Amino acid sequence: MQRNPQLGPKGELSHLLTIDGLPKDILLQILDTARSFVSVTERDVKKVPLLRGKSVFNLFFEPSTRTRTTFEIAAKRLSADVINLNVATSSQTKGETLLDTVANLAAMNADMFVVRHASSGAPHLIARHMGPEIHVINAGDGRHAHPTQGLLDVYTIRHYKEDFTRLTVAVVGDVLHSRVARSEIHALTTLGVPEVRVIGPRTLIPRDIEKLGVRVFHDMDRGLDGVDVVMMLRLQNERMNGALLPSANEYFRSYGLTPERLAKAKPGALVMHPGPMNRGVEIDSAVADGPQSVILHQVTFGIAVRMAVMAILAGNG
Amino acid sequence: MADRVKISGGRLVDPASGSERVADLYIADGRIVGVDTAPAGFEAQAGIDASGMVVCPGLVDLAVRLGSSLESELGAALAGGVTSVACPPDMDPPLDEPGLVEMLARRAESLALSHVYPVGALTQGLAGSRLAEMNELAEAGCVAFSQADEALADNTVLLRALQYAATFDLPVWLRPQDASLARHGVAHDGEIATRLGLPGIPALAETIAVSTILLMVAETGARVHLCRLSAGESVDLVRDAKARGLTVTCDVSAHHVHLSEMDIGYFDAHCRLTPPLRSLRDRDALVRGLADGTIDAVCSDHCPMAEDGKEVPFGEATPGATGLELLLPLTLRWGGSADLASTLRPVTIAPARILGLPQPSLELGAPADLCIFDPAAWWRVGPETLRSRGRNTPFSGYEVQGRVRYTLVGGRIVFEQ
Amino acid sequence: MRLPEAEGLLADLASRMRAEVGPETGLVGIHTGGVWVAQRLHGLLGSTVPMGTIDIAFYRDDFARRGLKPDVRPSALPFDVNGRDIVLVDDVLYTGRTVRAALNMLFDYGRPGRVRLAALVDRGGRQLPICPDFVGGFLTVPNEHAMLLLRRTDSGSLELAMEEDVGGAA
Repeated sequence: MQRNPQLGPKGELSHLLTIDGLPKDILLQILDTARSFVSVTERDVKKVPLLRGKSVFNLFFEPSTRTRTTFEIAAKRLSADVINLNVATSSQTKGETLLDTVANLAAMNADMFVVRHASSGAPHLIARHMGPEIHVINAGDGRHAHPTQGLLDVYTIRHYKEDFTRLTVAVVGDVLHSRVARSEIHALTTLGVPEVRVIGPRTLIPRDIEKLGVRVFHDMDRGLDGVDVVMMLRLQNERMNGALLPSANEYFRSYGLTPERLAKAKPGALVMHPGPMNRGVEIDSAVADGPQSVILHQVTFGIAVRMAVMAILAGNG
Repeated sequence: MADRVKISGGRLVDPASGSERVADLYIADGRIVGVDTAPAGFEAQAGIDASGMVVCPGLVDLAVRLGSSLESELGAALAGGVTSVACPPDMDPPLDEPGLVEMLARRAESLALSHVYPVGALTQGLAGSRLAEMNELAEAGCVAFSQADEALADNTVLLRALQYAATFDLPVWLRPQDASLARHGVAHDGEIATRLGLPGIPALAETIAVSTILLMVAETGARVHLCRLSAGESVDLVRDAKARGLTVTCDVSAHHVHLSEMDIGYFDAHCRLTPPLRSLRDRDALVRGLADGTIDAVCSDHCPMAEDGKEVPFGEATPGATGLELLLPLTLRWGGSADLASTLRPVTIAPARILGLPQPSLELGAPADLCIFDPAAWWRVGPETLRSRGRNTPFSGYEVQGRVRYTLVGGRIVFEQ
Repeated sequence: MRLPEAEGLLADLASRMRAEVGPETGLVGIHTGGVWVAQRLHGLLGSTVPMGTIDIAFYRDDFARRGLKPDVRPSALPFDVNGRDIVLVDDVLYTGRTVRAALNMLFDYGRPGRVRLAALVDRGGRQLPICPDFVGGFLTVPNEHAMLLLRRTDSGSLELAMEEDVGGAA
């Protein structure tokens, strides 16, 4: 009864809100297109004229310089005009509603909104109220989704491992609060990864997560056994000492990725992290900077993936 | 307006006696004065041709928030065949002073629409620390005392409140919810909340509270009614308690009998309800609880609001849905194969008993609060078909069956369409 | 209508280029047909620099109307563009818009010393001031909505085909 809100009438991508429910061929189209953009970013002139004359609004209701910057670079490399709005500090504090803010900006002939919001579902709400000519990209909403992060993660895996259907991938850490984890899980399962594991203490693994198609492990060593990829999650500072976890120290002892633990994974297993890392809390520096880490490549690929998403959306009307 | 009404050819369905038959009904002076045959000298001032329709006692709804407009919401009640409504105390300001209760009662009376039964605040300002003046409030017209959706965080206060109410045999209505376990939660802690990244409210938040309340009822002998059960295990707990002879009653909202967490879909804020919509298994347990009588009553938990309460991200939305006009069609929908008289019991005689009202019936001499509806008529739920100021319903766009054609309160035709 | 043999056109094109194109000239094929032609020319002309391929999808002037095609291929110019003699290779030259896009794209890699254009077939109908340096043959297609395109058979040989335009003029 409810139409997938990110697909247009012909099944084309009109917003990118979540990876949950996206058809595999759209995911593959994004990854394939991103590969072409990687070749663009290796040139002298790292810019293509695709989005010339288009306006991309970075709407960050929750501050995040890193993510905002990657979207900004991606949009600029597509020749779009980029307008950065740190909404947290402007209209929202004057009591304007989310939809009022967005309607005002849409009236300034915006073509695309990149939205970061602390509430799960905010980008869905915005997309529902936009005309078909405006595209919404979710840059992270609450605990719900961070689809471009999920996409760049699978892009990175594909770059090194090629065939998704023979992989075992572990997602480690605070899955409960992580929009990145959810998007990674959906991307991996949609692309046919046969075994996706989540590893963490019971306080940080949400109820019924198995229904997303993952296996749950509470023991780090057993969970890492034989995996091809280890995707670490960031542990927020405010969650380190309290009712969820006793301390960062104890967390590291049970779930920190050390060289010894990584040895449980397959030889040559990839180590990934969405950043920013807490060294010594979720990951040992020796691993983060070690030969199996592809963390910096994730950042490079992230720009190409975001360019691909923007180009495909802008091309769909 | 007509005082003497003849209702001809309707199917009389009486949940009190369980009887169903086609007969004429004669109304005068606010009461049923004749069934089948007119009393001597009866001269109808108005006639209703009820052939093909069902005539039943008016519906009784245990939770109706009247919002900013008493008149429009009571109009919605009548359009839903609801002739008696109980108002929870979470109004602005809360119903914790006799003056506020009297004012509400007076306003309702002057409108002469559905009967309004205020439920008083259990604690002052619903703040959960000091008891409200329950005896004074009862004198002013409160039929029961409750915290509405504000759970009591302090079990000592709860125990004292129940002891005090029991002293004067005052009924206490409680929404079972553990405040700390439910804190920050906006959806049932299950698959959908996990998928959508919504902070969860575990079923445990309700079952712990139900257990606590049941133990306190056994201890204090207070007359307690449990409001809006949502978890399957809560139904089991109440079933056990009733089997042990504890005198508790409970209700569910009509929404929870039909919907589950699945209906949240892509963040449909109209499905942001309190308690949250739970799993399909919970919903099925509620339906079974209704069928076996563990759950006594069904209410609309009517909570009309302007659209901007829902035009925000799911977790920021104001919980609640408009429901008065959906209570009857939803009730008919889950009735399934059961006979109509039994199907209507949880929205007529059961809530009336919980409210302490005389048993509604279609017997000679009974008050003529009546609902006359076309059980076959389909209609589409939407802004154009709802009279409530609130259009906030998860059922928007649904086709439902059963349309109220006439509502009578005190023998007067107060609604027809 | 009867279409000429692509293999024959290719031989003619190569023979016309042979005297003018040295082994150091960079051949750049435009996806997809142009790449096939360039691959064959690369061998026939005995080029010593690896061949380049470009997909002009990001430079098309009809992006706003038609969107991004689903199968954009990575572009690769495995030689330094700056100062180099380059021949752009396309299969069918028609409106000239593809060549315009390819030229713009080429200059984002560097500043070539000279750029020339080779096409297997010139079907006329130019909408831009673009003229090929080398052509395998000319063909008049009366129906402007017909698409003339190059195919590669399983055995690797090239052939021309005609289709009704469904996606838009190339």
